[in-house]
Amino acid sequence: MNFDDTPQEAEFRSVARAWISANAPKQYEEELRKSSLGRTVLKNANILEVAKAWQKKKADAGWACLHWPKEYGGRGSSPIERVIWQQEEGPFAQLSRMFIIGHGMCGPTMMAFAREEHKRKYLPPLASGEKVWCQLFSEPAGGSDVAGLRTRAEKDGDDWLINGQKIWTSGAHYSDYGILLTRTDPTVPKHKGLTMFFLDMKSPGVEVRPIKQASGASDFNEVYFTNVRIPDHQRLGEVGDGWNVSLTTLMNERSAIGAAVSTGFPELFEYCSSLMLDDGPAIENRAVRSKLANWAVKASGLKYTSMRAISALSRGERPGPENSIGKLVAGSMIQDVATYALDLQGAAGVVSGAEDAELAGRFQAMLLRAPGTRVEGGTDEIMRNIIAERVLGLPGDIRVDKDVPFNMIPTKGR
Amino acid sequence: MNFDFSDDQKQLRDQARKFLAEKCSPKAVRVVLDGKAPYDKELWKGLAEMGFLGVAIPEEFGGAGAGHLELCVIAEEMGRANAPVPFSSTVYLAAEALLIAGSDAQKKKWLPAIASGEAIGTLALFEGKGNPSPKNVKLTAANGVLNGVKKPVADGAIADFAVVAARTGPSGRENDLSLFLVDLKAGGVEVKSLTNLDPTRGQAEISFKDCKAEPLGAAGEGWSILTQVLDRAAVLCAFEQVGGSDRALEMGRDYALDRVAFGRQIGSFQAVKHMLADMYVSATLARSNCYYGAWALSTNAAELPEAAAAARISATQAFQHCAKNNIQVHGGMGFTWEFDCHMYYRRANAMALGLGSLSYWEDQLIDRMRKKNAA
Repeated sequence: MNFDDTPQEAEFRSVARAWISANAPKQYEEELRKSSLGRTVLKNANILEVAKAWQKKKADAGWACLHWPKEYGGRGSSPIERVIWQQEEGPFAQLSRMFIIGHGMCGPTMMAFAREEHKRKYLPPLASGEKVWCQLFSEPAGGSDVAGLRTRAEKDGDDWLINGQKIWTSGAHYSDYGILLTRTDPTVPKHKGLTMFFLDMKSPGVEVRPIKQASGASDFNEVYFTNVRIPDHQRLGEVGDGWNVSLTTLMNERSAIGAAVSTGFPELFEYCSSLMLDDGPAIENRAVRSKLANWAVKASGLKYTSMRAISALSRGERPGPENSIGKLVAGSMIQDVATYALDLQGAAGVVSGAEDAELAGRFQAMLLRAPGTRVEGGTDEIMRNIIAERVLGLPGDIRVDKDVPFNMIPTKGR
Repeated sequence: MNFDFSDDQKQLRDQARKFLAEKCSPKAVRVVLDGKAPYDKELWKGLAEMGFLGVAIPEEFGGAGAGHLELCVIAEEMGRANAPVPFSSTVYLAAEALLIAGSDAQKKKWLPAIASGEAIGTLALFEGKGNPSPKNVKLTAANGVLNGVKKPVADGAIADFAVVAARTGPSGRENDLSLFLVDLKAGGVEVKSLTNLDPTRGQAEISFKDCKAEPLGAAGEGWSILTQVLDRAAVLCAFEQVGGSDRALEMGRDYALDRVAFGRQIGSFQAVKHMLADMYVSATLARSNCYYGAWALSTNAAELPEAAAAARISATQAFQHCAKNNIQVHGGMGFTWEFDCHMYYRRANAMALGLGSLSYWEDQLIDRMRKKNAA
């Protein structure tokens, strides 16, 4: 049992480290290191531009999308090399966030289902960050129940006509392309009538409207489709096979091993280490220590769970659904951590403006952003279902709409 | 990176699991639970024959000379089987204290006897309410004799010898504490069994009256040795707790698949599924913290104090969580003497206290994290 690299891994790490050290945009390192949930800002630069520039620089040197084949703009690296790269990239990995969906989900889906000429045309600029992609799955009527989506695609000559609405689309406002899950046949049960496409987000009839979140920020969008035309050659997979295609996309989302999840604990421990309460230093207060200890073991538990998964990758094994616990644990933990950090501030905790608040409002921003982490990318409840069904082998939910034609499923509770 | 047990160690775990499945069935555990025997003597003999008791004891002292990683995988299986034997007292506490501080003669006398199953050892630390602290040790040592009362002492009624914490100076400071070795069969002690939460692991009160004792380690070094012993035992007990957590989770899962109510398996109800998923999460976090503790223990890393406290807290929480919710999944049947759920509930809650309670280890963890950050 050890944390050591194999000789090949060590060699790869040193090459990666040297390149990052010589090329990373160091002027932003401090700010990126201090970013936390709800607050990743660069004071004097547009983070999207900085991110695109860093991605392009990596791509030009062969460090973009390490796990992709070379002909599509990747490096053809092993999964463990991808993890090592992420570790070495450190705070600069924050700059990859706008590409996560494109690189982690859209790209692999294109690779599995697009025509060869499309792969060669679209994947390299996706890898290099010159083009950004988004994923258009969720709808007002289909969140956790993605297969309940209602956006229609109807055949019209060699094209498909798209009408409907998507929601919670991350980054749609700066995306160039998207993969789109539609309903092509409402007369069959819901999982059977779906078809996947990719499209140009600048197509006529696509309208992107940012959603103002509960936190006040706008990371997500509504996307409306009005008679949008998509040529049939942009279909991914067979007509009616969209559900299986989407599973490929979602599997890739969950296999993002080694990506650090944010728990808020390091921030809280640092804060408590210097905070003075009415009766002395916070870190010497019995109640504070108990809270910190309980979160400390969750944070370390997640860290070493991830180390175990990385070790499995290093042995060439495929990580399983048990890695769902990272998001499940971290999501509610960061919310509790932020709540507690404000509790320690007393009445002053209510002040959230960066100029006047404690630590420039770091924990206030975290608190306001936290509810989203427990919903996006699979709610806590969906994560628990995944663990219960795929890890523990418990029965799936009884689905009353499973064998019912989609257009016969009730749409309102009352 | 290879943050995992080796294939040989995993094989040893399988071997231990198979052995315990055969020799330590719930039926065998119940013999001790029902008070018909103080511990399972046949199992103890078998564990010695398998080489499990001395797995981490060097060959020169009669052990197998493997290491702590090997002991960790066996500990996990002991917890899974809820073994009714004085394994933790003898192997994690007494043997580790001897390995850390024993003279050559003391090691030669006791370690081979532990490995062969002839001697049961324990640590006599607590004196009534309170957590490990030099202040809480009132038993005195003067001129080679001990006077005072220890309780509770795990497996005290069946132990052949004990490592005893005694005060050798006037104040309650750390350097006023020393450790002693006492042959409990040589007189000067009075032992009384105590009814306790987990009858499969005995607890006793031991009174020392002008009892002859020999020093273990240097005078005034008692607290420092004890801290090291407790850290090692914390990691090893944590593996037992993880084994117990996994077993309780499996029992709950199996019952949820088996039991039908309202016309369906109860494991198809989300309320039940999510409870089991949360048990899995606790058990997984604990296991990962334990692996880190195992790494630190086996390499004698500077991180051991912090890793041990984290493993202790995480595994204690996981076992308590899994054991109590296992009963909940079973419903009324889980609350009967006949079903095995309560054996794990009892063990989980007894183990949560044995090396000092959660609040003690929480405090330790924060102290140790601060020390690391300051360094």
